[in-house]
Amino acid sequence: MDVNTIAAVSGNLGVIGYGLAAVGPGIGVGLVVSKTIESIARQPELAAKLQVTMWLGIAFTEALALIGLATPFIFGL
Amino acid sequence: MEFYPDDFLFAGTFFAINRIMAIRLIVLTVLVIVTLLWAGKFRKSYAAGSHVPGRFQLMGEIALNFVRKSIAHEQLGEKDGDRFLPLLTTIFFVTLGMNVTGIIPGFNIAGTSIIGLPIVMAIAAYITFIYAGVKRHGGHFFTASLFPAGVPKAFYILVTPIEFLSTFILRPVTLALRLTMNMIAGHLLLVLCFSATQFFLFNSEGLFKAFGAGTFLFGFVFTLFEMLVAFLQAYVFTLLTTVYIQLALSDEH
Repeated sequence: MDVNTIAAVSGNLGVIGYGLAAVGPGIGVGLVVSKTIESIARQPELAAKLQVTMWLGIAFTEALALIGLATPFIFGL
Repeated sequence: MEFYPDDFLFAGTFFAINRIMAIRLIVLTVLVIVTLLWAGKFRKSYAAGSHVPGRFQLMGEIALNFVRKSIAHEQLGEKDGDRFLPLLTTIFFVTLGMNVTGIIPGFNIAGTSIIGLPIVMAIAAYITFIYAGVKRHGGHFFTASLFPAGVPKAFYILVTPIEFLSTFILRPVTLALRLTMNMIAGHLLLVLCFSATQFFLFNSEGLFKAFGAGTFLFGFVFTLFEMLVAFLQAYVFTLLTTVYIQLALSDEH
């Protein structure tokens, strides 16, 4: 280690990449659920229908994070 | 790697069986037996004209009606729902059975955590929703889904490739990937928790041993969470297949 180095980081850059890939879907799933809770609070009798839509929305949003998880299998090996 | 264990039967041939294949075959046998028993019970009580189901029969009725009523009929309506019900029921129970092995002690890995099985089911869903659309709308199905109505003509340069990618390529890919990656991530989490417990209890000193209790608790909680995920992924897979069929059947096309 030379004098100019203050801190050294070792490890796989892909981990940081996946961390970044998880940010977007995290926010997205949070938005989907929070809006569903809000809607159910406004209109409790629609709860069953809204929950089905919520699971759909979560499934679509979550797919992005899971594609991030799949990239090392596709490009890394 | 854990997801590609060694073959132990018929190694080297096309029918090589490793740990995961064996788990899949066991689950398949259990599913077939349970379904046959249910069918026998239903037939017997129908012939006898009895209206009071027993405990085992009631379980079957609840499980089968869950797919029929709250997925198929809710999204597709009675007529189309019953038409596609065999596929939806199969997808739901196969996915559920294969997912649940991820948390059964002794098996400890989901049959769906290798992408082969999810790909097969995604292809089945893909073929079915294209078949449903073509049967209902003919060749118009493709033009309507590639050139959605109400878009200015010039934008089709932009819209058509996106629609093609999302409808005909990303749909089956995400169906298969979502299921597999959920199961892999769940398995890795459990492995992490329990191997951390092992490490803290046996390989560390002093107060660090106390961490072992914490990680074990986390492992237990994540096992319960995996139970939820196993059911949820089966539900989501079936629901998405239903929604794709419903979109293909809808009159906008």
